[in-house]
Amino acid sequence: MNSLRRVTRARETGILLAFLLVVIVTTAKNPAFVFSPDGFRDLLVTPMLVLLIAVGEAMVIITRNVDLSVGSVIGLTAYTAGTLFKYTDIPWPLVALIAVAGGAVLGAVNGLLISIAKVPSLVITLGTLYAFRGINVLWTGSNRINSTDIPNDFQGIGTAQLIFIPVITVIAAVVLVLAAWYLRNIRGGREFYAIGSDPDAANLYGLKVGRRVLLAFIVSGTLAGLAGVLYVARYGTVDSQAGSGFELQAVGAAVIGGVAIFGGVGSVWGAAIGAMLLLTINRALPVLGIQDFWQQAVVGALIIGAIVLDRVLALRQARRLTVMEDSA
Amino acid sequence: MSPAPADSSAHALELRKVVKTFGAVVALRSGTLALDNGSIHALVGENGAGKSTLVKIIAGLYQPDSGEFLLNGEAVGFSSTAQAKAAGIAVIYQEPTLFPDLTVTENIFMGRQPLRSFGRIDRKAMHTEAIALFDRLGVRINPDRPARGLSIADQQIIEIAKAISLDARVLIMDEPTAALSGVEVDRLFAVARSLRDEGRALLFISHRFDEVFALCDVVTVMRDGSYIATEKIADTDVDTIVRQMVGRDVADLFPKQEATIGDVVLDVRNLTSAGIFDDITFQVRSGEIVGLAGLVGAGRSEVARSVFGVDGYDSGAVTLAGTRVPGHNPAAAMRAGLALVPEDRRKEGLVIGASVAENLTIAIRQRLAAGGLFITGRRENEASRVWASRLEVKSSALDAEVGTFSGGNQQKVVLAKWLATEPKVLIVDEPTRGIDIGTKAEVHRLLSQLAGEGMGILMISSELPEVLGMADRVLVMREGRITATIDRKDASAESVMRAATGAAA
Repeated sequence: MNSLRRVTRARETGILLAFLLVVIVTTAKNPAFVFSPDGFRDLLVTPMLVLLIAVGEAMVIITRNVDLSVGSVIGLTAYTAGTLFKYTDIPWPLVALIAVAGGAVLGAVNGLLISIAKVPSLVITLGTLYAFRGINVLWTGSNRINSTDIPNDFQGIGTAQLIFIPVITVIAAVVLVLAAWYLRNIRGGREFYAIGSDPDAANLYGLKVGRRVLLAFIVSGTLAGLAGVLYVARYGTVDSQAGSGFELQAVGAAVIGGVAIFGGVGSVWGAAIGAMLLLTINRALPVLGIQDFWQQAVVGALIIGAIVLDRVLALRQARRLTVMEDSA
Repeated sequence: MSPAPADSSAHALELRKVVKTFGAVVALRSGTLALDNGSIHALVGENGAGKSTLVKIIAGLYQPDSGEFLLNGEAVGFSSTAQAKAAGIAVIYQEPTLFPDLTVTENIFMGRQPLRSFGRIDRKAMHTEAIALFDRLGVRINPDRPARGLSIADQQIIEIAKAISLDARVLIMDEPTAALSGVEVDRLFAVARSLRDEGRALLFISHRFDEVFALCDVVTVMRDGSYIATEKIADTDVDTIVRQMVGRDVADLFPKQEATIGDVVLDVRNLTSAGIFDDITFQVRSGEIVGLAGLVGAGRSEVARSVFGVDGYDSGAVTLAGTRVPGHNPAAAMRAGLALVPEDRRKEGLVIGASVAENLTIAIRQRLAAGGLFITGRRENEASRVWASRLEVKSSALDAEVGTFSGGNQQKVVLAKWLATEPKVLIVDEPTRGIDIGTKAEVHRLLSQLAGEGMGILMISSELPEVLGMADRVLVMREGRITATIDRKDASAESVMRAATGAAA
């Protein structure tokens, strides 16, 4: 009973319902949206790259920070992987590992700059958003990695299925479950929330604030690196603009999913569902015959609506608690 | 001769002649304190006596410049609060700092939650333990609700529950009763006594002497950052402690000029703001300096902010020189002739990144502007030079950034800024906090001079000598009400302190 109530009250439930509504309405209009091999695949695969970085982004935002550099990290790691495929014979699992590790290093650069230089993460990651992309452009020039450069068995990951679930989706789901488990059940995970809820209090408690924030950024960078690798597997071509703009989709997904932009509140589940909703709506609107230029506006309305909803819920909860106290 | 007992091995915690300075300001001159197991120790002193600094050193928040810090006879030096906590020291601050978004239970156990296999947090055990803690404290707080919106009293309880769950050997309580109701205080005392009987050492900071005498075994008095005396409660009384807290000759330090006291310029009647202050009525006459004394949190600054219109109020009236001043409208208050020099000068009184000249003229920009529109640097400099020279603001150039100034000079710039509006009544909130002695005297001289010229001055100050030395009349506030109005000739440290603490007279 209690746990049922918790599920129905949870912020994530509303977003999940919105997502299902979009899917159902769109499918009613065009059954192929779900009930066709391609439609089913797209539904499950398209949101996964943004979902991965949204999970990392949620962890960063929960600590009252933000990581705007993830799109550029995807670009750099994707191009690194592509280059290694093109010019070396390193086996693909090792290439993938190198690219993911590269993402972790870029995340650590962000985290160290923030926790050592004590500059707000918004500024630092806005800087690295451009810096990482700049390095990428300098390195890539007008080159591009084509699918002929990439080993077939690696590209297979982009299309492979485990029973009937695409492998990319399985990978993202595993990451999501691990992150959610860590944030809910492990002391360090709970400290993410404590730090975001009140950084000064966290210092007073003796929590290792700097270390946790660094970890959040490393996780974010690592997941962006993983997204970069999967980008290569899924799209097969990489140019200097790979992944650009993903960072705002990640932040948007987290906010839509109920991660409070000032930290301390939310879950990676919410961010993941937010990513599903955001990218599925993008595909659904053309099916529903809504004009191109309205699509951006719908996404914007979704983000603002989510924030207003959070505010209303918070006020309602505050009122309920006051009433409880008065009657006690 | 040394005030600290010689045998150190007996003490759970001991500080010897600990010194802490912040730049030129000495926060703690000589902090000496010895806590024993199984004893509740009271620490009393005026605002600014160094109690909070002492507590922050014990908590590991500040590192002392010199002196000894012993725990069970062994020298320690904490570089972080985590180290102090690990050593068994728990501090319950005046304003608890909880994580508003997390549940009450998580707040108690953050960082040391009970675990089960794979390092997972054992929520069930945590929940049970939280309920057991609250049972022991005899309170009913829903352990699953978020901390946001809890009353200060409940937040205190959670802090205490946390300390108990930590099994802290030394508990420091910094004015824990300030926000508690009578019943809650009784309950807290019962818990404190049971902790003492378990053999823990407790330090209890309070301004309420009745509580000190009801609860504590030993009392240490501090004054001006220095240790004064430690005595058994049974061997002392309120009068002795009050004398030790204030004990100094104040009249000579603040020679106040005689001023002709004229008509009422500021008339505040029945000003009330629910839950903050209640039924505040007072007058300030021209040429008069009225001191507003009381302990931190008594509501003095809040009254000043409402009179000036920064904050609103629920009922009452403010009249300035016969004209009603509308509430919640600082611009109107300024036009009517009011000026407020706020307590936190960095945040509210100065534009830190701007130049001296810009800061000085910020309140009179409209008057300065040529044709009401353009402000030239020259006019700005001319206008500011008058006040800067009168206040002896030590600035070779008026276009130096204010943020680079010492606290004393910053305060003078704030004063000058408001004086440039030529107010009829000046409200100053803690005009000399954190300034060195020399500048302090200058500020006092200036205030006295302004009163001599017919300005009415309302001076909020937590420093008793300043109030006694400067004010023609002292209003004393306690818990949101004016509890006493004392004329200059009757004002003494004892009478003001009694009215401020509510000690049985």
